[in-house]
Amino acid sequence: MYVAVKGGEAAIDAAHAQLADLRRGDRSVAALSLDQIRDQMALAVARVMAEGSLYDPDLAALALKQAWGDVAEAIFLVRAYRTTLPRLAATRPLDTARMVVRRRISATFKDLPGGQVLGPTFDYTHRLLDFALAAEDEPLAEPPPPAEAPLDPDMPRVTDILGADGLIEPESDPDADNPDAPVPDLTREPLTFPAGRAMRLQVLARGDEGFLLSLGYSSQRGHGGTHPFAGEIRMGEVEVEIIPEDLGFPVTIGTVTATECQMINQFQGSKTKPPQFTRGYGLVFGFNERKAMAMSLVDRALRAPDLGEPVVAPAQDEEFVLSHADVVEASGFVQHLKLPHYVDFQAELDSVRRMRRAAETGEGADS
Amino acid sequence: MTQHDSGVTFGYLDEQTKRMIRRAVLKAVAIPGYQVPFAGREMPLPYGWGTGGIQVTASIIGPDDVLKVIDQGADDTTNAVSIRRFFRRVTGVRTTEHTTEATLIQTRHRIPETPLGPDQILIYQVPIPEPLRFMEARETETRRMHALADYGVMHVKLYEDISQYGRIAKAYDYPVMVNGRYVMAPSPIPKFDNPKMHDAPFLQLFGAGREKRIYAVPPHTSVVSLDFEDHPFEVQSWDRVCDLCGADDSYLDEVVTDDAGGRLFVCSDSDYCAGRRAAGHEGPAAASAAGAALSETMTAVSREADGEGTP
Amino acid sequence: MDALALSSSSSAAPAPGLTDPVFDAQRLFRIALAALSRPGTVHPLPVDLDPPSPLTPWAGALALTLLDLDTPVWLDVGLDTPAVRDWLRFHAGCPLVATPEQAAFALVGRVADLDDLTRFAIGDPEYPDRSATVIAQVAGLEPGAGWTLTGPGIKGRARLSVDGLPSGFPDAWAENAALYPQGVDLFLAAPRHLAALPRSVTVEG
Repeated sequence: MYVAVKGGEAAIDAAHAQLADLRRGDRSVAALSLDQIRDQMALAVARVMAEGSLYDPDLAALALKQAWGDVAEAIFLVRAYRTTLPRLAATRPLDTARMVVRRRISATFKDLPGGQVLGPTFDYTHRLLDFALAAEDEPLAEPPPPAEAPLDPDMPRVTDILGADGLIEPESDPDADNPDAPVPDLTREPLTFPAGRAMRLQVLARGDEGFLLSLGYSSQRGHGGTHPFAGEIRMGEVEVEIIPEDLGFPVTIGTVTATECQMINQFQGSKTKPPQFTRGYGLVFGFNERKAMAMSLVDRALRAPDLGEPVVAPAQDEEFVLSHADVVEASGFVQHLKLPHYVDFQAELDSVRRMRRAAETGEGADS
Repeated sequence: MTQHDSGVTFGYLDEQTKRMIRRAVLKAVAIPGYQVPFAGREMPLPYGWGTGGIQVTASIIGPDDVLKVIDQGADDTTNAVSIRRFFRRVTGVRTTEHTTEATLIQTRHRIPETPLGPDQILIYQVPIPEPLRFMEARETETRRMHALADYGVMHVKLYEDISQYGRIAKAYDYPVMVNGRYVMAPSPIPKFDNPKMHDAPFLQLFGAGREKRIYAVPPHTSVVSLDFEDHPFEVQSWDRVCDLCGADDSYLDEVVTDDAGGRLFVCSDSDYCAGRRAAGHEGPAAASAAGAALSETMTAVSREADGEGTP
Repeated sequence: MDALALSSSSSAAPAPGLTDPVFDAQRLFRIALAALSRPGTVHPLPVDLDPPSPLTPWAGALALTLLDLDTPVWLDVGLDTPAVRDWLRFHAGCPLVATPEQAAFALVGRVADLDDLTRFAIGDPEYPDRSATVIAQVAGLEPGAGWTLTGPGIKGRARLSVDGLPSGFPDAWAENAALYPQGVDLFLAAPRHLAALPRSVTVEG
């Protein structure tokens, strides 16, 4: 017997009720607190903050809880909230040279002022499941012993060291002549092409980590190769400053945890211009080296036209990369195929049936 | 008007965003068919699900408006119900299923069968606003083509269809020339609806949220479906009528009723169909078991939408 | 909202703006949209507004509906007074620019100068929307008489008589129309009535 299915408000309400029930799961298991998510799922929280473009660990934790741990859905929740917030001020550029470093490594120099600081990293863990963590009463690990000596507060960036000798291109500030020019804001103005580096970096900073990782990887495999060296990766806390109009001088409004990657790439030069290394830049909220490194690879690849290199690979193609980097846009449009397309499908079906009829009868298709 | 949710601004968008969108809408009206870039906001509904249309509606709607939302011509499809509910919550305005009562109609994929009047505005949800996109993927290139009114690639594409299939294969989102200047995507409406856009008494606004474009067709503007002299534009037609209401002038959806070839063809415009049935019109399958089941479900959903919804 | 409180406590404070910034702006926008969508139609002002002279009510209302910190605004010699500047800055927060070509919106009080529209931004071929919208304060508007209008938004033809524009205006407008799809759009604001000419419309004298 045929039963017609239609989605009314009652059906939507029922779907939401089921969703809430499944999210909570077995009621005999304690509910997750936001504190637990924020402190013990900190890297998921960092990713939600980075791609959600909103530095707020508590809201990111809430979004993760509401989204059953689905990072893309949590990012969407944070974005939709963010868009309703007023813009109160534009911050000054973060001065990462003054970062309170927790980790700082360079792959280009064995030692350098401030030293290599291994810090917290998964890099040298052997990826063996730690069944001790599965025990209900996880033994409280001893906090690590304090460092024998405090970190050197003077930790110049590797690119600054190279820059002092003119061995790397100077960081070009597009608005060097006009420091008061407003910074473009991806969320307040339409993205048009060519986008310019400031806008590009904004797209990459909140771009989908998986997408950037694959693009960066593709550039390493020769699809727009840039011969990268990880000049420096640093992670730690950095102050955020604004200049209130009524004060006229910078004041610190807080600190954020950030990861920065300065990639040193393929040198360029000519008979008249001595060769210099070129830069790729990555900066991301929270502790996320994978994203910062991928971003710096893609940033460098996208600079190809500015550096007079041919654009031959996807990672170098500004319109392709920037138009497809956003997880909220991509997820929405892929999933919109779930929506009804009865009308357009019917139109196609009608066309195909007519053309088949015409083919069968051997008559003109327009009959 | 019911009270809107006091926790959110009227229309959800902040005033600065509304002004930005309103300015874009004015430009769009002044340059019919031209896609105006706008700084689309991230809405609490997913991209691809009507965020462009929603932002346009949210920027123009006022407390005296009466809103109708349709998807595939129907008021009872899930996303239409969801968007209608969103606007009830963020504006408190009256919603309706009746085409003639609405001042604003937000639509996905259809133009209502009941002719609209000069006091109505039709707002289309648009997935891909660029009519040249599948011939040229690059925005920088398509912008240049529009600037030069260089639509050669479109004509080539349509002509290739004719040589391959003996006809222009495009059955929906069929490209139109607006005011003799811009080739425009009418959004994925069936080409059946294209003639309704031409010299229409009502204003038509198009919002593409993910692609961040707004465009418009003012009232009484020329909208011509592209064709060739020897292959003139033609619309879909059926050699049957709506199985529920008997209409022979409406766009029909095909409903599969069993796995033995059973089909019902019913109006995609649910309000048009319901109105005809209420007026006593009856289609050939209205009394069949499947026809009755379909009819009953549509009526049940319609009752829900007319009221405040079942909590 | 704040303007009312301030104006009672300080004589230097700007005159009040829209009584209800959200709903008045929505209503006014819909009228502006109707005017631009149907060139030749004339629309009365539905709100009470008393902007500082020489700014007139409909022009002021349209300014508060459309302008904000994202819209560079140019005031012509007929409107560039401290009181008008303060009022616009206070209620709309719009930046005021020195020359017409920098402006997204131009407010023109001395409309006799509108026999020349070439001073304003016309957009570029790929982005014709990057053009100026001119709000001209005219003395009066009368539908059904005067110039003949044809184009999008008009069934057949419409007529509009504008009191205040110079005799050279139709020629200036023809030059503007020849730039299509580039060009400026024009709102004609009589003190209590509004009409509009989008760039797509042809005006014959």
